[in-house]
Amino acid sequence: MRNRNAMAAVLATILALTLPAWAAADSAADAVTAAPAPAFTLQSTSGQQVSLAQFKGDVVMINFWASWCGPCRQEMPLLQSIYQKYKDMGFTLIGVNVEPDAKTANAWLKATPVTYPVLYDPQSQVSQLYQVQAMPTTVIIDRTGAVRYVHRGYMPGDENTYLNSIRTLIVQ
Amino acid sequence: MSVRPGRLPSWCTRALIALCSISAPALAGVLPPDRADLLYHRYQGGGITVQGPSVLVQKKIGDHFSIGANYYEDMISSASIDVLLSASPYREKRTQKSVSAEYLHGKTTYSAGFINSVEPDYKANTSYYSVSQDMFGDLTTVTMSYRRGWDQISRDIKQNGFIINDPAFHQRADHRVYGVSVSQILTRNLISTFDYELSTDQGYLASPYRQIRYLDPNNPLGYTLANQVYPGTRTSDAFSVELKYYVPYRAALTGKYRYFTDSWGIVAHTFQIDYIQPIRHHWTFDGNIRYYRQGAASFYSDLFPYAGYSNFMARDRELAAFHSITLGVEASYSFSIPRLTWIQKSTATLSFDRMMISYLDYRDALFSKFDPGAIRAGQEPLYSLDANVFQAYVSLWF
Amino acid sequence: MRTLSVVLAAALLASITACAPVEPWVKPYEREHLADAIMALDRNPVSSTYLDHVFESREGARGATGGVGGGCGCN
Repeated sequence: MRNRNAMAAVLATILALTLPAWAAADSAADAVTAAPAPAFTLQSTSGQQVSLAQFKGDVVMINFWASWCGPCRQEMPLLQSIYQKYKDMGFTLIGVNVEPDAKTANAWLKATPVTYPVLYDPQSQVSQLYQVQAMPTTVIIDRTGAVRYVHRGYMPGDENTYLNSIRTLIVQ
Repeated sequence: MSVRPGRLPSWCTRALIALCSISAPALAGVLPPDRADLLYHRYQGGGITVQGPSVLVQKKIGDHFSIGANYYEDMISSASIDVLLSASPYREKRTQKSVSAEYLHGKTTYSAGFINSVEPDYKANTSYYSVSQDMFGDLTTVTMSYRRGWDQISRDIKQNGFIINDPAFHQRADHRVYGVSVSQILTRNLISTFDYELSTDQGYLASPYRQIRYLDPNNPLGYTLANQVYPGTRTSDAFSVELKYYVPYRAALTGKYRYFTDSWGIVAHTFQIDYIQPIRHHWTFDGNIRYYRQGAASFYSDLFPYAGYSNFMARDRELAAFHSITLGVEASYSFSIPRLTWIQKSTATLSFDRMMISYLDYRDALFSKFDPGAIRAGQEPLYSLDANVFQAYVSLWF
Repeated sequence: MRTLSVVLAAALLASITACAPVEPWVKPYEREHLADAIMALDRNPVSSTYLDHVFESREGARGATGGVGGGCGCN
């Protein structure tokens, strides 16, 4: 009885401590790439068709978000202040809402408005195109149209990582 | 010194040791939301009334830590069938305090907690630890947990008109529970959970108050009461499966099944169906049905044929063969408090459950006690019990 | 012995599957329904803990009452 307890305890401890290692393949570290950003055109909240191509020559930050995603909602006011700060320096921010039904997103935007363009991706076309693997996902594209940084998720303090990337790319 | 037999054993305490999931993380890869709950609970049935408060607070500290605390009370007033058979009604209070902490690192959550439960004749301490890991694109969450409980059991006796702990009675019980749980998202609308727990107990696992009875033609009652004898160990396996489905018009349907077996010979099945329906913006209704069926422990009998029939003998109805149906309804109203802007969401909930237990091999021995000769021992009607469980609580998220 | 084998088997299965990364078939942006509050596995811990306690006090069975997971899968 005691031996069995001891064995079970040892086994359980080993398994529990190695759990994080099993999921190592899933690690959400920032990805640094140089592949060209896929082109897309989506409808914005103002009803216009907006394409990525319009912003060629600017540093573009695309933020994939949804109103049901807590970290996304937490992040957006900070994105708004980043947009206000850099928008006159050849930088633009595009929000892509991934919800099939825009009702809740619109209600939330009404309560917490942003001035950067917000586009609807109800069919998940652009989400698939950009291989979105976490909510939220922030993609930063340089002036030549290449994807330079992909940041998955949002934890308070991540806005500093965004600012570093933006400052690096703005002067290029 | 007189013994006060027949009291409700501390199944309450023992049950809570096995639980300890007060602050198990409810979401994967994210710390539990900050919240405070104030609950009033009341159980009434089978001659027992148990009521009291439960207060729970959960708060994040920084971005990686969350702590929780719970204060819980049971105020017990008991004139149950066991008490009436061989003792007098009593009142007592059980107080339980617990604290817990969680640490989130990437996709891994580490939790630890401690529970302390005190009542006049039972003191229980429990510590628990768990590790929870998200994997496969957050579709799978694997949790491993370990719980360890230490109980000190006393027995209340009456001396000079006062109730004190019998100085000649000190017992211990130790518990260990190992758990593995996997939750798996199957589709955009369906999530499944598989849960396995292995429990081992050692020490004094009986009640100091309950007794068995055996056939005794020399006794005008037809039977004589005697002490129970329980095994000193118990090992059990419990395995459950749950499916939760999002109904397209916005409702949630849950189906759950649990299989239980242990070294005392008990086999039990639990089936549960739950339906949650939100209405408009403020109301949420919940209806559920639970069916439970249990086979008796191998050393259980309502009436043993003679004294010293076997090594282990028990007459606790919790170990008898029975089935029960519980019907529950719940209504929850979501409201906002205009002046307190730091409160994000608040709800007030009322919940009512009716539990109906029918025993298949536990008889109402009070019939022969109060009218000996009219009904022979072993011929009394089978006992059944209906209980009402009421909860009222307010929850705040901040 | 039997229960130890079960635990070992579960661990082995988990490690095998961890070696071959599986493409998640429900994308993070498709988790709207799963993130809904009514789909939470344990909506009201203070109430469910209490009810579990009521049942365990009256019954011989114990354990395997809860699960952790689901939700929005954010971060």
